[in-house]
Amino acid sequence: MRSNAFWRSGEHTSIPERAPKIVPDGSARRSAARLARDAVLRMAFAVEAYCRLLVRVSRACLSQPFYRGDLVQQMDTIGVASIFIVMLTGLFTGMVLALQSAVEMERFGATVYIGRLVGASTIRELGPVLTALIVTGRAGAGMAAALGAMRVTEQVDALRTMGVDPIRKLVVPRFLAALVMLPVVTIIGDAVAILGGLLIAVLTLDFTAQLYINSVWDTLAQSGFVLRVIPIDLIQGLVKPFTFGGIIALTSCFHGLRAEGGTEGVGRATTRAVVTSSILILAADYFLTQILLAMFQW
Amino acid sequence: MSDRTPAGAPQPGSEAFEAELRDEIRRELETHGSGSGGPEIVELRDVWLSFGDHEVLRGVSLGVARGGTLCILGGSGVGKSTILRLMLRLLLPDRGEVLIEGRDISAVSRPEALALRERMGMVFQGSALFDSLNVFDNVAFPLYEHTTLPEDEIRERVEEVLSFVDLDPAVVLPLLPSALSGGMRKRVAIARAIAHRPPILLFDEPTSGLDPITTRRIDELILKLRRELHVCVVVVTHDVRSASRIATETALLKDGEIIFSGTPEEMHATEDRYVRAFRG
Repeated sequence: MRSNAFWRSGEHTSIPERAPKIVPDGSARRSAARLARDAVLRMAFAVEAYCRLLVRVSRACLSQPFYRGDLVQQMDTIGVASIFIVMLTGLFTGMVLALQSAVEMERFGATVYIGRLVGASTIRELGPVLTALIVTGRAGAGMAAALGAMRVTEQVDALRTMGVDPIRKLVVPRFLAALVMLPVVTIIGDAVAILGGLLIAVLTLDFTAQLYINSVWDTLAQSGFVLRVIPIDLIQGLVKPFTFGGIIALTSCFHGLRAEGGTEGVGRATTRAVVTSSILILAADYFLTQILLAMFQW
Repeated sequence: MSDRTPAGAPQPGSEAFEAELRDEIRRELETHGSGSGGPEIVELRDVWLSFGDHEVLRGVSLGVARGGTLCILGGSGVGKSTILRLMLRLLLPDRGEVLIEGRDISAVSRPEALALRERMGMVFQGSALFDSLNVFDNVAFPLYEHTTLPEDEIRERVEEVLSFVDLDPAVVLPLLPSALSGGMRKRVAIARAIAHRPPILLFDEPTSGLDPITTRRIDELILKLRRELHVCVVVVTHDVRSASRIATETALLKDGEIIFSGTPEEMHATEDRYVRAFRG
Protein backbone atom coordinates (compact mmCIF):
# COMPACT_ATOMS: atom_id res chain seq x y z
CA MET A 1 0.00 0.00 0.00
CA ARG A 2 1.23 3.44 -0.90
CA SER A 3 1.10 5.99 1.91
CA ASN A 4 -1.07 9.08 1.79
CA ALA A 5 2.13 11.12 1.40
CA PHE A 6 2.83 9.30 -1.84
CA TRP A 7 -0.58 10.19 -3.32
CA ARG A 8 -0.31 13.80 -2.13
CA SER A 9 3.12 14.14 -3.72
CA GLY A 10 1.67 13.65 -7.14
CA GLU A 11 4.36 11.06 -7.87
CA HIS A 12 1.77 8.69 -9.26
CA THR A 13 1.03 11.08 -12.12
CA SER A 14 4.62 11.91 -13.07
CA ILE A 15 6.52 10.27 -15.88
CA PRO A 16 9.38 8.14 -14.57
CA GLU A 17 12.78 9.57 -15.31
CA ARG A 18 13.90 6.46 -17.07
CA ALA A 19 11.00 4.89 -18.85
CA PRO A 20 11.32 1.13 -19.10
CA LYS A 21 12.60 0.22 -22.53
CA ILE A 22 10.42 -2.16 -24.51
CA VAL A 23 12.69 -4.77 -25.97
CA PRO A 24 11.18 -6.83 -28.79
CA ASP A 25 11.75 -10.33 -27.47
CA GLY A 26 9.37 -12.11 -29.81
CA SER A 27 6.75 -12.69 -27.11
CA ALA A 28 4.08 -10.69 -28.99
CA ARG A 29 4.78 -12.71 -32.11
CA ARG A 30 4.60 -15.93 -30.12
CA SER A 31 1.29 -15.01 -28.51
CA ALA A 32 -0.16 -14.07 -31.92
CA ALA A 33 0.97 -17.44 -33.24
CA ARG A 34 -0.61 -19.13 -30.23
CA LEU A 35 -3.90 -17.29 -30.79
CA ALA A 36 -3.89 -18.27 -34.46
CA ARG A 37 -3.13 -21.88 -33.56
CA ASP A 38 -5.94 -21.90 -30.98
CA ALA A 39 -8.37 -20.46 -33.52
CA VAL A 40 -7.45 -23.13 -36.07
CA LEU A 41 -7.78 -25.83 -33.42
CA ARG A 42 -11.19 -24.51 -32.35
CA MET A 43 -12.31 -24.49 -35.97
CA ALA A 44 -11.03 -28.05 -36.49
CA PHE A 45 -12.84 -29.29 -33.36
CA ALA A 46 -16.04 -27.54 -34.47
CA VAL A 47 -15.84 -29.16 -37.92
CA GLU A 48 -15.24 -32.54 -36.29
CA ALA A 49 -18.21 -32.03 -33.95
CA TYR A 50 -20.38 -30.94 -36.91
CA CYS A 51 -19.44 -34.06 -38.87
CA ARG A 52 -20.10 -36.25 -35.84
CA LEU A 53 -23.51 -34.64 -35.44
CA LEU A 54 -24.25 -35.38 -39.11
CA VAL A 55 -23.29 -39.04 -38.62
CA ARG A 56 -25.38 -39.35 -35.43
CA VAL A 57 -28.38 -37.70 -37.06
CA SER A 58 -28.10 -39.91 -40.15
CA ARG A 59 -27.97 -43.04 -37.98
CA ALA A 60 -30.85 -41.86 -35.80
CA CYS A 61 -32.98 -41.22 -38.92
CA LEU A 62 -32.76 -44.91 -39.74
CA SER A 63 -33.58 -46.38 -36.33
CA GLN A 64 -36.16 -46.29 -33.54
CA PRO A 65 -37.49 -44.48 -31.56
CA PHE A 66 -38.83 -41.96 -34.05
CA TYR A 67 -40.87 -38.93 -33.02
CA ARG A 68 -43.54 -38.61 -35.73
CA GLY A 69 -45.54 -35.96 -33.90
CA ASP A 70 -42.48 -33.72 -33.62
CA LEU A 71 -41.73 -34.26 -37.31
CA VAL A 72 -45.21 -33.07 -38.32
CA GLN A 73 -44.94 -30.09 -35.98
CA GLN A 74 -41.56 -29.12 -37.43
CA MET A 75 -42.83 -29.51 -41.01
CA ASP A 76 -45.46 -26.96 -40.07
CA THR A 77 -42.97 -24.62 -38.38
CA ILE A 78 -40.24 -24.82 -41.02
CA GLY A 79 -42.35 -25.25 -44.14
CA VAL A 80 -45.96 -24.17 -43.85
CA ALA A 81 -45.22 -21.14 -41.69
CA SER A 82 -42.55 -19.98 -44.17
CA ILE A 83 -44.75 -20.19 -47.26
CA PHE A 84 -46.17 -16.67 -47.08
CA ILE A 85 -42.83 -14.89 -46.74
CA VAL A 86 -41.30 -17.09 -49.46
CA MET A 87 -44.22 -16.27 -51.78
CA LEU A 88 -43.79 -12.58 -51.09
CA THR A 89 -40.07 -12.77 -51.80
CA GLY A 90 -40.68 -14.81 -54.94
CA LEU A 91 -43.30 -12.40 -56.25
CA PHE A 92 -41.09 -9.34 -55.97
CA THR A 93 -38.00 -11.16 -57.23
CA GLY A 94 -39.87 -12.34 -60.33
CA MET A 95 -41.23 -8.85 -60.95
CA VAL A 96 -37.82 -7.20 -60.57
CA LEU A 97 -36.19 -9.81 -62.79
CA ALA A 98 -38.74 -9.21 -65.52
CA LEU A 99 -38.38 -5.43 -65.27
CA GLN A 100 -34.58 -5.44 -65.28
CA SER A 101 -34.26 -7.95 -68.09
CA ALA A 102 -36.84 -6.05 -70.15
CA VAL A 103 -34.66 -2.93 -70.03
CA GLU A 104 -31.58 -4.81 -71.23
CA MET A 105 -33.32 -7.01 -73.79
CA GLU A 106 -35.23 -4.20 -75.38
CA ARG A 107 -31.91 -2.88 -76.73
CA PHE A 108 -31.50 -6.07 -78.74
CA GLY A 109 -35.17 -6.53 -79.58
CA ALA A 110 -35.17 -9.74 -77.54
CA THR A 111 -37.96 -9.03 -75.07
CA VAL A 112 -39.71 -12.23 -76.15
CA TYR A 113 -37.06 -14.10 -74.18
CA ILE A 114 -37.99 -12.54 -70.87
CA GLY A 115 -39.99 -15.63 -69.87
CA ARG A 116 -36.95 -17.80 -70.59
CA LEU A 117 -34.69 -15.62 -68.51
CA VAL A 118 -37.05 -15.35 -65.58
CA GLY A 119 -37.86 -19.08 -65.68
CA ALA A 120 -34.28 -20.33 -65.99
CA SER A 121 -32.74 -18.00 -63.40
CA THR A 122 -35.56 -18.58 -60.92
CA ILE A 123 -35.72 -22.35 -61.14
CA ARG A 124 -31.98 -23.00 -61.33
CA GLU A 125 -30.56 -20.41 -58.97
CA LEU A 126 -32.57 -17.62 -57.45
CA GLY A 127 -35.50 -19.72 -56.26
CA PRO A 128 -33.50 -22.30 -54.29
CA VAL A 129 -30.94 -19.84 -52.91
CA LEU A 130 -33.34 -17.06 -51.95
CA THR A 131 -35.80 -19.50 -50.40
CA ALA A 132 -33.02 -21.13 -48.41
CA LEU A 133 -31.77 -17.77 -47.16
CA ILE A 134 -35.28 -16.71 -46.18
CA VAL A 135 -35.91 -19.99 -44.36
CA THR A 136 -32.52 -19.65 -42.65
CA GLY A 137 -33.46 -16.23 -41.32
CA ARG A 138 -36.89 -17.36 -40.25
CA ALA A 139 -36.85 -21.01 -39.27
CA GLY A 140 -33.09 -21.56 -38.83
CA ALA A 141 -32.81 -18.70 -36.37
CA GLY A 142 -35.89 -20.05 -34.59
CA MET A 143 -34.37 -23.53 -34.32
CA ALA A 144 -31.07 -22.23 -32.93
CA ALA A 145 -32.84 -19.95 -30.46
CA ALA A 146 -35.25 -22.67 -29.29
CA LEU A 147 -32.54 -25.29 -28.81
CA GLY A 148 -30.19 -22.73 -27.28
CA ALA A 149 -32.85 -21.69 -24.77
CA MET A 150 -33.52 -25.36 -23.99
CA ARG A 151 -29.82 -25.90 -23.41
CA VAL A 152 -29.22 -22.94 -21.11
CA THR A 153 -32.37 -23.67 -19.08
CA GLU A 154 -31.28 -27.31 -18.59
CA GLN A 155 -34.20 -28.71 -20.60
CA VAL A 156 -31.75 -30.65 -22.78
CA ASP A 157 -30.20 -32.13 -19.61
CA ALA A 158 -33.72 -32.92 -18.37
CA LEU A 159 -34.31 -34.94 -21.55
CA ARG A 160 -31.07 -36.85 -20.96
CA THR A 161 -31.95 -37.59 -17.35
CA MET A 162 -35.24 -39.06 -18.55
CA GLY A 163 -33.31 -41.40 -20.83
CA VAL A 164 -34.23 -39.49 -24.02
CA ASP A 165 -31.59 -38.83 -26.66
CA PRO A 166 -31.79 -35.09 -27.49
CA ILE A 167 -30.48 -35.81 -31.00
CA ARG A 168 -33.45 -38.06 -31.75
CA LYS A 169 -36.01 -35.89 -30.02
CA LEU A 170 -34.83 -32.45 -31.09
CA VAL A 171 -32.53 -32.67 -34.11
CA VAL A 172 -33.86 -35.54 -36.22
CA PRO A 173 -37.43 -34.15 -36.62
CA ARG A 174 -36.04 -30.71 -37.59
CA PHE A 175 -33.53 -32.24 -39.99
CA LEU A 176 -36.10 -34.43 -41.79
CA ALA A 177 -38.71 -31.67 -41.82
CA ALA A 178 -36.24 -29.28 -43.46
CA LEU A 179 -35.19 -31.92 -46.03
CA VAL A 180 -38.82 -32.46 -47.04
CA MET A 181 -40.19 -28.94 -46.76
CA LEU A 182 -37.43 -26.89 -48.40
CA PRO A 183 -38.07 -28.39 -51.88
CA VAL A 184 -41.83 -27.93 -51.40
CA VAL A 185 -41.48 -24.32 -50.34
CA THR A 186 -38.98 -23.68 -53.15
CA ILE A 187 -41.39 -24.98 -55.80
CA ILE A 188 -44.06 -22.64 -54.46
CA GLY A 189 -41.59 -19.74 -54.40
CA ASP A 190 -40.48 -20.52 -57.98
CA ALA A 191 -44.08 -20.63 -59.20
CA VAL A 192 -44.90 -17.29 -57.59
CA ALA A 193 -41.71 -15.70 -58.99
CA ILE A 194 -42.63 -16.83 -62.49
CA LEU A 195 -46.11 -15.46 -61.84
CA GLY A 196 -44.56 -12.13 -60.79
CA GLY A 197 -42.65 -12.05 -64.08
CA LEU A 198 -45.91 -12.80 -65.89
CA LEU A 199 -47.62 -9.86 -64.22
CA ILE A 200 -44.92 -7.46 -65.40
CA ALA A 201 -44.79 -9.01 -68.86
CA VAL A 202 -48.53 -8.68 -69.33
CA LEU A 203 -49.17 -5.39 -67.57
CA THR A 204 -46.18 -3.32 -68.64
CA LEU A 205 -44.63 -5.04 -71.67
CA ASP A 206 -47.85 -5.89 -73.51
CA PHE A 207 -47.07 -9.61 -73.67
CA THR A 208 -49.81 -12.16 -73.82
CA ALA A 209 -49.87 -14.63 -70.94
CA GLN A 210 -49.65 -17.50 -73.44
CA LEU A 211 -46.47 -16.11 -75.00
CA TYR A 212 -44.80 -15.69 -71.60
CA ILE A 213 -45.76 -19.17 -70.39
CA ASN A 214 -44.57 -20.75 -73.65
CA SER A 215 -41.31 -18.93 -73.24
CA VAL A 216 -40.87 -20.30 -69.71
CA TRP A 217 -41.74 -23.80 -70.85
CA ASP A 218 -39.26 -23.56 -73.75
CA THR A 219 -36.40 -23.00 -71.38
CA LEU A 220 -37.42 -25.95 -69.26
CA ALA A 221 -37.79 -28.19 -72.31
CA GLN A 222 -34.52 -27.03 -73.85
CA SER A 223 -32.34 -28.58 -71.14
CA GLY A 224 -34.03 -31.95 -71.57
CA PHE A 225 -36.04 -34.37 -69.46
CA VAL A 226 -35.42 -37.17 -67.02
CA LEU A 227 -37.73 -40.16 -67.56
CA ARG A 228 -39.18 -38.13 -70.47
CA VAL A 229 -41.43 -36.04 -68.20
CA ILE A 230 -39.38 -34.34 -65.49
CA PRO A 231 -37.42 -31.33 -66.74
CA ILE A 232 -33.72 -31.48 -65.85
CA ASP A 233 -33.89 -27.87 -64.68
CA LEU A 234 -36.52 -28.86 -62.17
CA ILE A 235 -34.32 -31.70 -60.89
CA GLN A 236 -31.51 -29.21 -60.43
CA GLY A 237 -33.92 -26.86 -58.74
CA LEU A 238 -34.93 -29.58 -56.25
CA VAL A 239 -31.55 -31.12 -55.47
CA LYS A 240 -30.35 -27.77 -54.20
CA PRO A 241 -33.16 -27.00 -51.74
CA PHE A 242 -32.98 -30.58 -50.46
CA THR A 243 -29.30 -30.05 -49.64
CA PHE A 244 -29.90 -26.55 -48.30
CA GLY A 245 -32.63 -27.89 -46.00
CA GLY A 246 -30.14 -30.30 -44.46
CA ILE A 247 -27.56 -27.53 -44.06
CA ILE A 248 -30.04 -25.16 -42.38
CA ALA A 249 -31.35 -27.71 -39.88
CA LEU A 250 -28.01 -29.26 -39.03
CA THR A 251 -26.18 -25.94 -38.65
CA SER A 252 -28.95 -24.34 -36.61
CA CYS A 253 -29.27 -27.34 -34.28
CA PHE A 254 -25.48 -27.58 -33.99
CA HIS A 255 -25.13 -24.00 -32.80
CA GLY A 256 -28.27 -24.15 -30.66
CA LEU A 257 -27.08 -27.23 -28.77
CA ARG A 258 -23.69 -25.59 -28.13
CA ALA A 259 -25.19 -22.40 -26.67
CA GLU A 260 -23.87 -21.44 -23.27
CA GLY A 261 -23.80 -18.36 -21.10
CA GLY A 262 -27.49 -17.58 -20.58
CA THR A 263 -29.63 -15.46 -22.89
CA GLU A 264 -26.59 -13.71 -24.34
CA GLY A 265 -25.22 -17.10 -25.35
CA VAL A 266 -28.53 -17.94 -27.04
CA GLY A 267 -28.26 -14.71 -29.04
CA ARG A 268 -24.69 -15.53 -30.06
CA ALA A 269 -25.68 -19.07 -31.08
CA THR A 270 -28.55 -17.73 -33.19
CA THR A 271 -26.32 -15.24 -34.98
CA ARG A 272 -23.71 -17.91 -35.63
CA ALA A 273 -26.36 -20.30 -36.92
CA VAL A 274 -27.71 -17.77 -39.45
CA VAL A 275 -24.29 -16.58 -40.62
CA THR A 276 -22.81 -20.08 -40.93
CA SER A 277 -25.90 -21.46 -42.67
CA SER A 278 -25.93 -18.58 -45.16
CA ILE A 279 -22.26 -19.02 -46.01
CA LEU A 280 -22.60 -22.80 -46.31
CA ILE A 281 -25.65 -22.39 -48.55
CA LEU A 282 -23.84 -20.06 -50.93
CA ALA A 283 -20.73 -22.26 -51.00
CA ALA A 284 -22.78 -25.43 -51.46
CA ASP A 285 -24.70 -23.72 -54.27
CA TYR A 286 -21.49 -23.20 -56.23
CA PHE A 287 -20.30 -26.79 -55.82
CA LEU A 288 -23.75 -28.24 -56.53
CA THR A 289 -24.00 -26.16 -59.69
CA GLN A 290 -20.64 -27.49 -60.86
CA ILE A 291 -21.68 -31.07 -60.13
CA LEU A 292 -25.14 -30.76 -61.71
CA LEU A 293 -23.77 -29.08 -64.82
CA ALA A 294 -21.19 -31.85 -65.14
CA MET A 295 -23.89 -34.49 -64.72
CA PHE A 296 -26.55 -33.13 -67.03
CA GLN A 297 -24.96 -30.84 -69.57
CA TRP A 298 -21.32 -31.69 -70.27
CA MET B 1 -55.15 -21.06 -10.10
CA SER B 2 -52.75 -20.94 -7.20
CA ASP B 3 -51.57 -23.76 -4.95
CA ARG B 4 -54.23 -25.67 -3.08
CA THR B 5 -54.52 -25.33 0.67
CA PRO B 6 -56.86 -27.92 2.20
CA ALA B 7 -59.93 -26.42 3.83
CA GLY B 8 -59.39 -25.81 7.55
CA ALA B 9 -55.62 -26.15 7.32
CA PRO B 10 -53.51 -23.34 8.79
CA GLN B 11 -52.41 -20.72 6.30
CA PRO B 12 -48.72 -20.75 5.33
CA GLY B 13 -46.81 -18.17 7.33
CA SER B 14 -49.19 -18.28 10.29
CA GLU B 15 -48.12 -19.32 13.80
CA ALA B 16 -50.28 -22.44 13.59
CA PHE B 17 -48.68 -23.40 10.30
CA GLU B 18 -45.18 -23.01 11.75
CA ALA B 19 -46.11 -25.05 14.83
CA GLU B 20 -47.63 -27.80 12.75
CA LEU B 21 -44.58 -27.94 10.53
CA ARG B 22 -42.24 -28.13 13.52
CA ASP B 23 -44.35 -30.96 14.99
CA GLU B 24 -44.35 -32.80 11.74
CA ILE B 25 -40.58 -32.57 11.40
CA ARG B 26 -40.11 -33.71 15.01
CA ARG B 27 -42.46 -36.67 14.44
CA GLU B 28 -40.57 -37.43 11.26
CA LEU B 29 -37.24 -37.50 13.04
CA GLU B 30 -38.66 -39.55 15.92
CA THR B 31 -40.16 -42.08 13.53
CA HIS B 32 -37.18 -42.49 11.25
CA GLY B 33 -34.31 -41.34 13.44
CA SER B 34 -31.42 -40.65 11.12
CA GLY B 35 -33.74 -42.10 8.51
CA SER B 36 -31.56 -44.27 6.42
CA GLY B 37 -30.62 -47.85 6.86
CA GLY B 38 -29.23 -50.76 4.92
CA PRO B 39 -26.85 -50.61 1.99
CA GLU B 40 -26.21 -47.27 0.31
CA ILE B 41 -28.01 -47.02 -3.00
CA VAL B 42 -26.25 -43.86 -4.11
CA GLU B 43 -22.55 -43.73 -3.38
CA LEU B 44 -19.48 -41.86 -4.59
CA ARG B 45 -16.12 -43.48 -3.89
CA ASP B 46 -12.97 -41.36 -4.15
CA VAL B 47 -14.25 -39.35 -7.11
CA TRP B 48 -11.90 -36.93 -8.84
CA LEU B 49 -12.91 -34.55 -11.63
CA SER B 50 -11.16 -31.70 -13.39
CA PHE B 51 -12.24 -29.22 -16.04
CA GLY B 52 -8.98 -28.40 -17.80
CA ASP B 53 -6.51 -27.31 -15.13
CA HIS B 54 -9.25 -26.68 -12.57
CA GLU B 55 -9.80 -29.52 -10.11
CA VAL B 56 -13.51 -29.50 -9.24
CA LEU B 57 -13.72 -32.62 -7.10
CA ARG B 58 -10.79 -34.09 -5.19
CA GLY B 59 -11.40 -37.52 -3.78
CA VAL B 60 -15.05 -37.06 -2.86
CA SER B 61 -16.68 -39.99 -1.07
CA LEU B 62 -20.26 -39.94 0.19
CA GLY B 63 -23.37 -42.07 0.15
CA VAL B 64 -26.99 -42.41 1.19
CA ALA B 65 -29.16 -45.44 1.90
CA ARG B 66 -32.77 -46.13 0.93
CA GLY B 67 -35.15 -43.87 2.83
CA GLY B 68 -32.40 -41.39 3.64
CA THR B 69 -31.98 -37.76 2.61
CA LEU B 70 -28.46 -36.55 1.93
CA CYS B 71 -27.98 -32.80 1.71
CA ILE B 72 -24.80 -31.71 -0.01
CA LEU B 73 -23.98 -28.22 1.21
CA GLY B 74 -21.42 -25.73 0.03
CA GLY B 75 -20.86 -22.28 -1.36
CA SER B 76 -21.45 -21.27 -4.96
CA GLY B 77 -19.25 -22.91 -7.57
CA VAL B 78 -17.70 -25.57 -5.33
CA GLY B 79 -18.98 -28.46 -7.45
CA LYS B 80 -22.23 -29.43 -5.71
CA SER B 81 -24.31 -29.66 -8.87
CA THR B 82 -21.41 -31.45 -10.57
CA ILE B 83 -21.95 -34.31 -8.12
CA LEU B 84 -25.55 -34.68 -9.30
CA ARG B 85 -24.38 -34.62 -12.92
CA LEU B 86 -21.95 -37.42 -12.12
CA MET B 87 -24.76 -39.44 -10.53
CA LEU B 88 -26.77 -39.07 -13.73
CA ARG B 89 -23.74 -39.70 -15.96
CA LEU B 90 -24.13 -36.33 -17.60
CA LEU B 91 -20.43 -36.12 -16.68
CA LEU B 92 -17.83 -38.85 -16.25
CA PRO B 93 -15.30 -38.76 -13.40
CA ASP B 94 -11.58 -38.73 -14.08
CA ARG B 95 -11.15 -41.28 -11.32
CA GLY B 96 -13.31 -43.09 -8.77
CA GLU B 97 -16.68 -44.81 -8.78
CA VAL B 98 -20.24 -43.48 -8.90
CA LEU B 99 -22.41 -46.32 -7.64
CA ILE B 100 -26.15 -46.34 -8.24
CA GLU B 101 -27.80 -49.34 -6.57
CA GLY B 102 -24.38 -50.97 -6.41
CA ARG B 103 -23.44 -50.46 -10.08
CA ASP B 104 -20.90 -47.93 -11.31
CA ILE B 105 -22.94 -45.77 -13.70
CA SER B 106 -19.77 -44.26 -15.13
CA ALA B 107 -18.42 -47.67 -16.14
CA VAL B 108 -21.49 -49.48 -17.51
CA SER B 109 -22.56 -49.53 -21.17
CA ARG B 110 -24.77 -46.75 -22.56
CA PRO B 111 -28.01 -48.81 -22.54
CA GLU B 112 -27.30 -49.91 -18.97
CA ALA B 113 -26.64 -46.31 -17.98
CA LEU B 114 -29.98 -45.29 -19.54
CA ALA B 115 -31.68 -48.05 -17.52
CA LEU B 116 -30.02 -46.77 -14.33
CA ARG B 117 -31.09 -43.20 -15.17
CA GLU B 118 -34.68 -44.40 -15.28
CA ARG B 119 -34.21 -45.36 -11.62
CA MET B 120 -33.68 -41.68 -10.82
CA GLY B 121 -35.81 -38.56 -10.98
CA MET B 122 -34.15 -35.19 -11.18
CA VAL B 123 -35.51 -31.78 -10.18
CA PHE B 124 -33.37 -29.04 -11.71
CA GLN B 125 -32.60 -25.70 -10.13
CA GLY B 126 -34.68 -23.80 -12.69
CA SER B 127 -37.25 -26.62 -12.84
CA ALA B 128 -36.33 -27.31 -16.53
CA LEU B 129 -39.96 -27.79 -17.55
CA PHE B 130 -40.41 -28.02 -21.32
CA ASP B 131 -41.62 -24.57 -22.36
CA SER B 132 -43.59 -25.79 -25.36
CA LEU B 133 -45.56 -28.43 -23.43
CA ASN B 134 -48.39 -27.84 -20.97
CA VAL B 135 -48.31 -29.23 -17.44
CA PHE B 136 -50.02 -32.48 -18.44
CA ASP B 137 -47.53 -33.20 -21.24
CA ASN B 138 -44.60 -32.24 -19.03
CA VAL B 139 -45.59 -34.60 -16.23
CA ALA B 140 -46.68 -37.35 -18.61
CA PHE B 141 -43.45 -37.09 -20.64
CA PRO B 142 -41.47 -39.82 -18.80
CA LEU B 143 -44.54 -42.06 -18.82
CA TYR B 144 -44.96 -41.77 -22.58
CA GLU B 145 -41.24 -42.39 -23.00
CA HIS B 146 -40.72 -45.34 -20.71
CA THR B 147 -44.03 -47.10 -20.20
CA THR B 148 -46.72 -48.63 -22.34
CA LEU B 149 -49.52 -47.45 -20.07
CA PRO B 150 -52.82 -46.68 -21.80
CA GLU B 151 -53.85 -43.04 -22.12
CA ASP B 152 -56.42 -43.10 -19.30
CA GLU B 153 -53.92 -44.62 -16.86
CA ILE B 154 -51.35 -42.00 -17.78
CA ARG B 155 -53.91 -39.26 -17.13
CA GLU B 156 -54.79 -40.89 -13.81
CA ARG B 157 -51.11 -41.11 -12.81
CA VAL B 158 -50.49 -37.49 -13.78
CA GLU B 159 -53.45 -36.31 -11.70
CA GLU B 160 -52.29 -38.48 -8.79
CA VAL B 161 -48.76 -37.03 -8.70
CA LEU B 162 -50.03 -33.46 -9.13
CA SER B 163 -52.35 -33.98 -6.17
CA PHE B 164 -49.41 -35.42 -4.24
CA VAL B 165 -47.51 -32.15 -4.69
CA ASP B 166 -50.63 -30.20 -3.64
CA LEU B 167 -51.59 -28.84 -7.03
CA ASP B 168 -55.12 -28.98 -8.36
CA PRO B 169 -54.97 -31.05 -11.58
CA ALA B 170 -58.19 -29.52 -12.91
CA VAL B 171 -56.59 -26.09 -12.76
CA VAL B 172 -52.98 -26.64 -13.72
CA LEU B 173 -53.15 -29.44 -16.32
CA PRO B 174 -53.75 -27.23 -19.36
CA LEU B 175 -51.39 -24.43 -18.29
CA LEU B 176 -48.04 -23.76 -19.93
CA PRO B 177 -45.03 -23.45 -17.58
CA SER B 178 -44.85 -19.71 -18.32
CA ALA B 179 -48.23 -19.29 -16.59
CA LEU B 180 -47.00 -20.85 -13.32
CA SER B 181 -45.36 -19.19 -10.32
CA GLY B 182 -41.85 -20.25 -9.23
CA GLY B 183 -43.18 -22.48 -6.45
CA MET B 184 -45.74 -24.12 -8.74
CA ARG B 185 -43.11 -24.76 -11.40
CA LYS B 186 -40.97 -26.46 -8.78
CA ARG B 187 -43.90 -28.63 -7.71
CA VAL B 188 -44.68 -29.59 -11.30
CA ALA B 189 -40.99 -30.47 -11.73
CA ILE B 190 -41.21 -32.68 -8.64
CA ALA B 191 -44.40 -34.27 -10.00
CA ARG B 192 -42.60 -35.00 -13.28
CA ALA B 193 -39.63 -36.47 -11.42
CA ILE B 194 -41.80 -38.89 -9.40
CA ALA B 195 -44.29 -39.73 -12.17
CA HIS B 196 -42.51 -42.93 -13.18
CA ARG B 197 -41.93 -43.81 -9.50
CA PRO B 198 -38.15 -43.83 -9.34
CA PRO B 199 -36.54 -45.02 -6.08
CA ILE B 200 -33.96 -42.20 -6.16
CA LEU B 201 -34.69 -38.48 -6.33
CA LEU B 202 -32.11 -35.80 -6.98
CA PHE B 203 -32.75 -32.12 -6.24
CA ASP B 204 -30.54 -29.27 -7.44
CA GLU B 205 -31.09 -26.22 -5.21
CA PRO B 206 -34.81 -26.95 -4.73
CA THR B 207 -35.49 -23.82 -2.68
CA SER B 208 -33.23 -21.38 -4.49
CA GLY B 209 -35.02 -18.15 -5.38
CA LEU B 210 -38.18 -19.04 -3.46
CA ASP B 211 -39.76 -17.04 -0.66
CA PRO B 212 -39.54 -18.48 2.90
CA ILE B 213 -43.10 -19.81 2.90
CA THR B 214 -42.73 -21.59 -0.43
CA THR B 215 -39.33 -22.84 0.74
CA ARG B 216 -40.97 -24.48 3.76
CA ARG B 217 -43.65 -25.98 1.53
CA ILE B 218 -41.01 -27.53 -0.71
CA ASP B 219 -39.14 -28.83 2.36
CA GLU B 220 -42.38 -30.30 3.62
CA LEU B 221 -42.90 -31.94 0.27
CA ILE B 222 -39.44 -33.51 0.32
CA LEU B 223 -40.18 -34.92 3.78
CA LYS B 224 -43.48 -36.24 2.46
CA LEU B 225 -41.72 -37.91 -0.47
CA ARG B 226 -39.42 -39.72 1.92
CA ARG B 227 -42.20 -40.63 4.32
CA GLU B 228 -44.81 -41.82 1.84
CA LEU B 229 -42.79 -43.01 -1.14
CA HIS B 230 -39.72 -44.21 0.83
CA VAL B 231 -37.41 -42.82 -1.81
CA CYS B 232 -33.75 -42.02 -1.39
CA VAL B 233 -33.22 -38.28 -1.77
CA VAL B 234 -30.06 -36.36 -2.61
CA VAL B 235 -30.37 -32.59 -2.28
CA VAL B 236 -27.78 -30.05 -3.34
CA THR B 237 -28.29 -26.78 -1.52
CA HIS B 238 -26.58 -23.87 0.16
CA ASP B 239 -29.57 -23.31 2.46
CA VAL B 240 -28.47 -24.63 5.87
CA ARG B 241 -31.87 -24.09 7.50
CA SER B 242 -33.61 -26.03 4.79
CA ALA B 243 -30.99 -28.81 5.02
CA SER B 244 -31.49 -29.00 8.80
CA ARG B 245 -35.21 -29.58 8.26
CA ILE B 246 -35.03 -32.29 5.63
CA ALA B 247 -31.67 -34.08 5.88
CA THR B 248 -30.82 -37.32 7.59
CA GLU B 249 -27.20 -36.88 6.46
CA THR B 250 -25.28 -33.77 5.49
CA ALA B 251 -22.00 -33.31 3.67
CA LEU B 252 -20.19 -29.99 3.37
CA LEU B 253 -18.11 -29.42 0.25
CA LYS B 254 -15.24 -26.95 0.15
CA ASP B 255 -12.57 -26.61 -2.53
CA GLY B 256 -13.62 -29.90 -4.10
CA GLU B 257 -13.37 -31.88 -0.86
CA ILE B 258 -15.88 -33.06 1.72
CA ILE B 259 -14.73 -31.27 4.87
CA PHE B 260 -17.62 -32.45 7.05
CA SER B 261 -20.19 -35.21 6.93
CA GLY B 262 -22.69 -36.26 9.55
CA THR B 263 -26.24 -35.73 10.74
CA PRO B 264 -27.72 -32.21 10.91
CA GLU B 265 -27.39 -32.38 14.70
CA GLU B 266 -23.70 -33.21 14.39
CA MET B 267 -23.28 -30.34 11.96
CA HIS B 268 -24.85 -27.95 14.46
CA ALA B 269 -22.70 -29.33 17.28
CA THR B 270 -19.36 -29.29 15.50
CA GLU B 271 -16.74 -26.73 16.46
CA ASP B 272 -15.11 -26.67 13.03
CA ARG B 273 -14.58 -23.03 12.16
CA TYR B 274 -15.65 -23.25 8.51
CA VAL B 275 -18.75 -25.30 9.31
CA ARG B 276 -19.71 -22.79 11.97
CA ALA B 277 -19.13 -19.91 9.60
CA PHE B 278 -21.17 -21.64 6.91
CA ARG B 279 -24.16 -22.39 9.08
CA GLY B 280 -24.11 -18.73 10.21
